[in-house]
Amino acid sequence: MVSQSPGSSAGQPGSGPLVVLDNVNKYFGDLHVLQDINLSVARGEVVVIIGPSGSGKSTLCRAINRLEPITSGTISIDGVPLPAEGKALAQLRSDVGMVFQSFNLFAHKTVLQNVTMGPVKVRKMRKAEAEELAMGLLERVGVANQANKLPAQLSGGQQQRVAIARALAMKPKVMLFDEPTSALDPEMINEVLDVMVALAQEGMTMIVVTHEMGFARRAGDRVVFMDSGSIVEEADPDEFFTNPRTDRAKDFLSKILTND
Amino acid sequence: MDLFFDNAPTLWSGFRVTLQLTAVSGLLALALGLALAALRVAPLRPLRAVSMLYVELMRNTPLTLVFFGMVLVAPQFGIIPPLGFWTAVLCLTLYTSAFVSEALRSGINSVGVGQAEAARAIGLTFGQSLRLVILPQAVRTVIPPLINVIIALAKNTSVAAGFAVVELVATGRRLGQAIPGEAVTILGGIALLYLVFTIPAGLLATRLEKKVAFAR
Ligand SMILES: Nc1ncnc2c1ncn2[C@@H]1O[C@H](COP(=O)(O)OP(=O)(O)O)[C@@H](O)[C@H]1O
Ligand SMILES: [Mg+2]
Repeated sequence: MVSQSPGSSAGQPGSGPLVVLDNVNKYFGDLHVLQDINLSVARGEVVVIIGPSGSGKSTLCRAINRLEPITSGTISIDGVPLPAEGKALAQLRSDVGMVFQSFNLFAHKTVLQNVTMGPVKVRKMRKAEAEELAMGLLERVGVANQANKLPAQLSGGQQQRVAIARALAMKPKVMLFDEPTSALDPEMINEVLDVMVALAQEGMTMIVVTHEMGFARRAGDRVVFMDSGSIVEEADPDEFFTNPRTDRAKDFLSKILTND
Repeated sequence: MDLFFDNAPTLWSGFRVTLQLTAVSGLLALALGLALAALRVAPLRPLRAVSMLYVELMRNTPLTLVFFGMVLVAPQFGIIPPLGFWTAVLCLTLYTSAFVSEALRSGINSVGVGQAEAARAIGLTFGQSLRLVILPQAVRTVIPPLINVIIALAKNTSVAAGFAVVELVATGRRLGQAIPGEAVTILGGIALLYLVFTIPAGLLATRLEKKVAFAR
């Protein structure tokens, strides 16, 4: 639990933890997908969420920008509780970058337009300025030479890097990644992970659902292990992978290790 | 057949009313149908429910009943609809908008849910997501069914005949009554005039459908 006592820094933007989940529960019908989740992510922290399929990782990730409304509890970003549906929520979402497993680039827009849409339509930036920003970001993720192509003309790895650039164009406070490499051919995984590691090193606050242990060890500050809708174990990445404390984590790790 | 040609001017003016009814009601139904479709996918459940209720009600009500309701029942509740042409426009718009909404909704659903999520995730509002991301992608799949809705509308204008709007079928009926024995010829002529409009529209819909299929 995070203290919410008067006079504490929580509740004021610019200080305190960036993302706070307090006693969050989520049901899909009778299915209790998130069970009493408490999680606090500090500024600049990289949290890796790991766990078996169906354990609620995606739902947790999507709850943080309210793509999935929760049943009870509170979620705050930079001290501000998630607003209900409407303009304020849209504004808050613009501060939370999200990268999906299936990229979800706007299929009818060029790579460049994908990246400029948010700055122009949400931040009301001038088009020329947005394009300059976008080209810089595309450069940074290594796909500047594809700027005028449609997403379908790019490889999966390239598309995912564009998706990261699109999210970064909003200058988000925190980035959410939901299995960003699990739809990719193996030879493309590293080009995406490299971009993410660089981002982590630059101090971006990140919440990453992934089974990529290499990434977790290189860039992760903390591993959160989920099973059946609950957080079962939290640990330093090296500690977690070499010396898991709970049986469920041990069991899970033995499975993903033998699968590789 | 001579008879048909002798009365061509009268039939032609009926045809013009049919076209006007189709054009005016069609445009209004597109606007109302778009609003209904937007409500139908809105993030608030009550809005979705209102739209669904309206669409299901209209889709499952015969058009004649809509006309009866407007002309005979509405005045009893103090609602006096304008008579003639605009009554027909009102009824046809209310009725057709439900079908427009369904066509648009199926188009919106054909755009992957990930597109809408990505749009919302960068901070676009619901309206912006719809306008900038969803509808531009839905348009391709939506045009052929929309043309079919407009063809149905063109044929449905004949219902207005019973309600004092002088369009093609009404004209034909009056001519048929005035010149008994030639009703079949006249009805045949009317059918032809309809086909002049609906067959090209149908062909256009089929061609667009093929084009869309290729573009995928
Ligand atoms: N929209 C939904 N409706 C109903 N059940 C869902 C929905 N989304 C996810 N679930 C269920 O919630 C559970 C958690 O799903 P998810 O968060 O996607 O898990 P993970 O990402 O860890 O694989 C699963 O049992 C899944 O079947
Ligand atoms: Mg998942």
